[in-house]
Amino acid sequence: MKQINIYALPELSLRFIPIWQRHFLVWKKMATTSILGHLADPVIYLLGLGFGLGSLLPQMGGMNYLSFLAAGTVCYSTMNSATFEALYSGFARMHEQRTWDAIMNTPITLDDIVMSEILWAATKSLMSGIAVLSVIWLLGLSHSALSLWMIPLALLVGLCFAAIGLIMTAMASGYDFFMYYFTLVITPMMMLSGVFFPVAQLPIALQIASAILPLSHAIDLARPLMSGSIPPQTWLHLSVLLGYTVVGFYLSLVLFRRRLSK
Amino acid sequence: MTPVLEATQLRKIYDGHTVVNGIDLSIRRGECFGLLGPNGAGKTTTLRLLLGLIVPDGGSINLLGVSVPKNAREARQRVGVVPQMDNLDPDFTVAENLMVYGRYFGMSDAAIEARIPMLLEFANLTSKRDAKIPTLSGGMKRRLTLARALVNDPDVIFLDEPTTGLDPQARHLIWQRLRELTSQGKTLLLTTHFMDEAERLCHRLAVMDNGNIIRQGTPRELIEQNIEPQVVEVFGENVERWANAHAAEFSQRFELSGETVFCYVQDAHALIAHLQTQTGLRFLHRPANLEDVFLKLTGREMRE
Repeated sequence: MKQINIYALPELSLRFIPIWQRHFLVWKKMATTSILGHLADPVIYLLGLGFGLGSLLPQMGGMNYLSFLAAGTVCYSTMNSATFEALYSGFARMHEQRTWDAIMNTPITLDDIVMSEILWAATKSLMSGIAVLSVIWLLGLSHSALSLWMIPLALLVGLCFAAIGLIMTAMASGYDFFMYYFTLVITPMMMLSGVFFPVAQLPIALQIASAILPLSHAIDLARPLMSGSIPPQTWLHLSVLLGYTVVGFYLSLVLFRRRLSK
Repeated sequence: MTPVLEATQLRKIYDGHTVVNGIDLSIRRGECFGLLGPNGAGKTTTLRLLLGLIVPDGGSINLLGVSVPKNAREARQRVGVVPQMDNLDPDFTVAENLMVYGRYFGMSDAAIEARIPMLLEFANLTSKRDAKIPTLSGGMKRRLTLARALVNDPDVIFLDEPTTGLDPQARHLIWQRLRELTSQGKTLLLTTHFMDEAERLCHRLAVMDNGNIIRQGTPRELIEQNIEPQVVEVFGENVERWANAHAAEFSQRFELSGETVFCYVQDAHALIAHLQTQTGLRFLHRPANLEDVFLKLTGREMRE
């Protein structure tokens, strides 16, 4: 009891629910802008590249380019939603607005707060995933009932990138710090994970790097689901995404405990 | 009667630096207890320890009958906190802030809704129910923070410098509300470095410096036991020369601070008679107060 054990396993409770409700209430006030934000960027890229490049490319990965890109777009937009929420909004709540301080004066603990941040960021991913999927369905880019599995996948991708993103938030001294993460992690990941072109096009060294990136595994699940087949190695991909989630959650919690125990 | 809050030999060390150095506190139900001290004395760290937000390096805490930090969650269920820095939710209205905060205590929306009118009235914010936080004045934000701390109808309320940065009108309104709370039987623990605040509000005080409690008692006791009853402040040209020549002759103790000499005396008659003969010197005769005690105990040098 003399020394706080920052390495202790998380103590989970349902106390995260009122925090999630708080975030939802904030979101509701800006829902229109938020949904527009979820949609505009990915849909512009999808249609711009899809029609522009797609007209030059007869096929990619055994399908037309627009459909190929659609699966990648859902994955990277859900990744981005969770990442922005965990980094910028999470940091604002922890540091700028001191929302976490206010909450920790109640029966809620830091473990509950970190849990709520991950679940909320994943909720944003879910919303963003559903928004982009709706456009894809409306455009007739995916007809398979299997594409409904994209909804839970969006949630899982959200959990995974929220957990990893919170590690950054826990280490950040200010918003500028996040630029490292975007330029060194997120942008390369988009290029290496098969969003815009098949990973097989990459040099072998980069293909190996790609295999350890969570976004690659998300896309390996998404592309077959969108085109109506059951993904090979489903359990492997799910395990990798879950593994990143669990490890990210634990690491970020340890770092937050260290940061906030002063 | 068992105390509401008891801390024994409480100690906290950061990076080899002792911030709280084995303090003992015992606070009774319905009491307003003040922790006084200059910046960096360890007041806020003490509050955080008592709330179970940080783990002590030694000692024990019992808050509302449970052991802290072990069962801090249970203790905080019946505690309200007014933090030093405002952390209201800027995206919400006044009423939404209370609703969202009440949910953190596991209260039902109906139960919170039922308390909101009473809380708004207490905070003089009834007409501001639907106002956004950035439109409120500093005093209104503080009152809302106080109302928010009462949403769970706590038995004990922690206040960390509740009136810092407020104008006198806003401060007096907060004081009045805090007195109402103690008259309702709530227990208050507040930190402050305003001596008039401590003298008016607190039943008992502890003066902290460098992590230690150096004195404890009622405001009256602290003044009577630590300082001469009368103070004569002397100022004007050549006050320093006068002090070196005469101050010791007429006062038990004197201090030169800037351009003022503070003479502490049992009986001021002889000193005043003498000062009336001195041209170029002005003086102010007043009873000793808590600020005199505080400065005597913690020194006049700046703490930064």
